[in-house]
Amino acid sequence: MIPRNARFWTGAAAVIVLAVIVSLSRANEYFFFAGFVVLQSVVLATAWNILGGYAGYVNFGTAAFFGIGAYMAVVVINATGAPLAVQILAGAAVSGLLGLGTGLLTMRLRGIFFSIATVAIIFIAETLITNWRYVGGATGIQLLRPPLMEPFGSYTRMLFVVMAVLAVIAVSIARYIETSWIGRGLQAIRDTEEAAECSGVPTLKLKLFACTVSGALMGAAGAPLPMYLSFLEPASSFSLNYSVAALAGAIIGGTSHWLGPVIGAILLASVQQIVTVTIPGEINVLVVGVLLVVFVVAAPDGVLGLLRKLRGKLRRPRAPAESPS
Amino acid sequence: MALSFELLQEAVLFGVLLGCFYAAVSIGLSVSFGLLDVPHVAHPAIMVLGAYCTHLLGRYGWDPIAAGVALMPLFFILGVGIYRFYYETFEKRGSDAGVRGLAFFFGVAFIIEVGLILAFGVDQRMVEADYIGRSLAIGSFRLPWRMLVAFGVALTLTAALTLYLSHTFTGRAIKAVAQDEPALRLMGANPVRIKQWAFGIATAVTALAGAMLIIVGPVEPSLDRVYIGRTFCVVVLAGLGSMTGTLAAGLILGISESIVLMTFGASWAPAVAFGLLLVVLGIRPQGLFGR
Repeated sequence: MIPRNARFWTGAAAVIVLAVIVSLSRANEYFFFAGFVVLQSVVLATAWNILGGYAGYVNFGTAAFFGIGAYMAVVVINATGAPLAVQILAGAAVSGLLGLGTGLLTMRLRGIFFSIATVAIIFIAETLITNWRYVGGATGIQLLRPPLMEPFGSYTRMLFVVMAVLAVIAVSIARYIETSWIGRGLQAIRDTEEAAECSGVPTLKLKLFACTVSGALMGAAGAPLPMYLSFLEPASSFSLNYSVAALAGAIIGGTSHWLGPVIGAILLASVQQIVTVTIPGEINVLVVGVLLVVFVVAAPDGVLGLLRKLRGKLRRPRAPAESPS
Repeated sequence: MALSFELLQEAVLFGVLLGCFYAAVSIGLSVSFGLLDVPHVAHPAIMVLGAYCTHLLGRYGWDPIAAGVALMPLFFILGVGIYRFYYETFEKRGSDAGVRGLAFFFGVAFIIEVGLILAFGVDQRMVEADYIGRSLAIGSFRLPWRMLVAFGVALTLTAALTLYLSHTFTGRAIKAVAQDEPALRLMGANPVRIKQWAFGIATAVTALAGAMLIIVGPVEPSLDRVYIGRTFCVVVLAGLGSMTGTLAAGLILGISESIVLMTFGASWAPAVAFGLLLVVLGIRPQGLFGR
């Protein structure tokens, strides 16, 4: 039996190698266009789960961190023309700071109050960007893609690989948090914050840490967006759709395990892509809302919970019926 | 940016009208969230739904206010249904209701919004009535009639609900369930039925609020997003569940928004409510008139 850690890292490396190989193949360009979006939602759902799943703080503000990450990339491009890696680092850094700020401002808030405060952050961030001419203001900004990097055949293919790497990083961080004392502390906060505090869990520090890491990952996910679209405007970058998708991905997959958001996001984003191609209009967005409500009502532990139940049933086939009463 | 005295007067006057309107759109939430503790983030979406229903009836020649009143029984039933469902699936099971309830209402809001886009498209919709488009001139001020109508309905609605909650038997039962549910249970009353009734009333009031929403200006499906900020700002600022507080908080928001609108321009206005909300949450989460 291979140890769990080795298995995870082999899998992670395999995902990146696979992404590179596929990007060098002659696969249809649309595959990368859609694949980028799917991987992006994996990063967002995983980042959301660090705060929302482990600590139980429902963040509606994914769009704020995502949008700020995207706009930080624009600032970097405008100011220095630095490469994508720098843009991503800048987006992650600023969104991480925003996460820390959110955490500090809302440290006394719980439940719905915290959630509403995060909605407020989206709108304030959007208003600031809308009124900031340097990054294009309300009309948006057109961006020129830099020349291609070898050996990638197109820019979208390269961004696809970059997003795959980001997804692996995000999942590794989430997995590390989950399996370390930090994750146990966050789960204690989720169960009963007072009891956790009394038992010596540094609740405030952990919450701030989770806010920062979650925000930074969302920012990193947003940073490649300007280059992906080669155009950016505030209304769609700060769209509430990102918030709903991140939350829905995590809840549909299952919030208790790092694999949950990965499964949920891939499932949700793929279904969305398929619906987008087959049915025109807004049905693809409706799917997210409907699936979210269905899962939250009927399968609160998500796909992972359903799988666990199924496995439990297979192991004990009709055991209670056979036992004499 | 220099604000002349006259301009300030006009801003305050307009802010008062706007503020009463904000109080009226928030009063349903003040009951459902403030009193009943339901994390009802779908409240603004239901209001926008009400506005679209008013628009539909308007096509058949209904006056928007009459349409709003006619919609109230329907929305009452809708509200009872929503609460019943919420209670059965989340509140009764207790564990983890917070996270899941929030996600549920967030999802419902999203479904309503996208449903409206599918049914009506993203274009702005409005209603027609005699008082829309005209304005009343008092001295040098011009007050649009649509704002005055909304102002009147808002005041009536707030007063009616305040009186209902403090002077009728059911109203006081609703307040009692907010104050101490176990005690009410010991008195032999059924808290779930009272809450269901209260949630129905809150939703019915929201239908009328939706009618006012479309009187005050054109609506679009995504309008609920801005109103998440406005309604929650008012309810939190008011101190949860306080009706007179709701009116005062609405006025504070209306006047601040109107002044920002006149000094900095329309693009900053949506941030006012959210900024105010963050400040209140950060400094005094129990609100100005809190219990």
